[in-house]
Amino acid sequence: MSKKLRLATVWLGGCSGCHMSFLDLDEWLFDLAAAVEVVYSPIADVKTFPNNVDVTLIEGAVANEEHVELVRTIRRNSRMVVSFGDCAVSGNVTAMRNPLDANSAEVVLDRAYKDAALLRPQVPHDNGIVPPLVARVMPVHALIPVDLFIPGCPPPAPRIRAVLQALIEGQTPEMIGAAMLKFG
Amino acid sequence: MARTLTINGQMVSARDEDTILRAAQDAGIHIPVLCHLDGLSDVGACRFCLVEVAGSNRLLPACTTRIQEGMVVQTDTEQLRNYRRHLIELLFAERNHVCAVCVANGNCEMQSLAIQLGMTHSRYDYMFPSLGVDLSHERFGLDHNRCIMCTRCVRACDEIEGAHTLDVFGRGAKARIVTDLGMPWGESPTCTSCGKCVMACPTGALFKQGSTVAEMTRDRSKLNFLKTAREERKWIV
Repeated sequence: MSKKLRLATVWLGGCSGCHMSFLDLDEWLFDLAAAVEVVYSPIADVKTFPNNVDVTLIEGAVANEEHVELVRTIRRNSRMVVSFGDCAVSGNVTAMRNPLDANSAEVVLDRAYKDAALLRPQVPHDNGIVPPLVARVMPVHALIPVDLFIPGCPPPAPRIRAVLQALIEGQTPEMIGAAMLKFG
Repeated sequence: MARTLTINGQMVSARDEDTILRAAQDAGIHIPVLCHLDGLSDVGACRFCLVEVAGSNRLLPACTTRIQEGMVVQTDTEQLRNYRRHLIELLFAERNHVCAVCVANGNCEMQSLAIQLGMTHSRYDYMFPSLGVDLSHERFGLDHNRCIMCTRCVRACDEIEGAHTLDVFGRGAKARIVTDLGMPWGESPTCTSCGKCVMACPTGALFKQGSTVAEMTRDRSKLNFLKTAREERKWIV
């Protein structure tokens, strides 16, 4: 048997729905586990993004400075980067803060913590604990080259399976038709 | 009078007054459209139906170009597919189209066109404009974030209902749909609340109040029914 595919999944600015849909693969996850080695994931206890990753699925948009750093590391260390779900592909719901002010996160924080608060409105700040928001939420391909896009909010499990199955077999997934391409 | 032309290498017979789009549709040849709607006049706004016509050094919109005897038309070349992909990507980048939270999710012509054209992502930077939603009308809403300026609603309001409440204000990327002279929709003295604009809208820009994600469905054939009934005295259901 050939070497197992080294697979990473990453959770940036998103709701985790894409990962939930991934878990909806149900019993096929056993087949997947036999074919891949999960080297980094929100559901695996790994602290730093490893080297030599074959395929990285990125859920979520780039929303804070930690994300910016992480996607650059991912690109350096991954053979193939996949934008996994609408937030990674387009910004989607995560980017809905951008129209408030697409050049500053301050307006967004004020909107969330001051305008909408009834008691002691203030923006929480504690340096070094929560990564600062970037001014504008971006899709992953705005920062790094992306090799494959899986739209969907979330991508349905059969769509994820079709992509992973093809990648495991060394094929390029055919992203054609509503079953593979529908946004939302 | 009948004319003969060639579309994608196929000989097609059509009426003198037909457009390339009409001739192609009658011959069962698919041309992608977005601003076209049966029952409304054509304006060539969306450019998805651009086709190659032999002898012309520019692309022509199939919906507003009349056929000519001996015309040779190509509707599905590599160049056209490439341009259409760019067009749909530009549309998604221009305003705030978030399918996941849209009333029209699953019933949206822009969303299904993206699938048809094979769009996986937009290569253009998103503009994220700050746009409003007019909820002043008691039954309908207008969300400028989801509007693609196809002007179907403007034409439905003018040509079928005869009210001409809706029109276009501003130019280019700053163009907006307005009610009367830019007043809130709910205060419009000309709107008859007929809802034909809502029926015509291809996206989630016009919707019935109270509809939530993916609930907005439309029966667009009603507009064509009304037009045929009025002009030809035929009530074809």
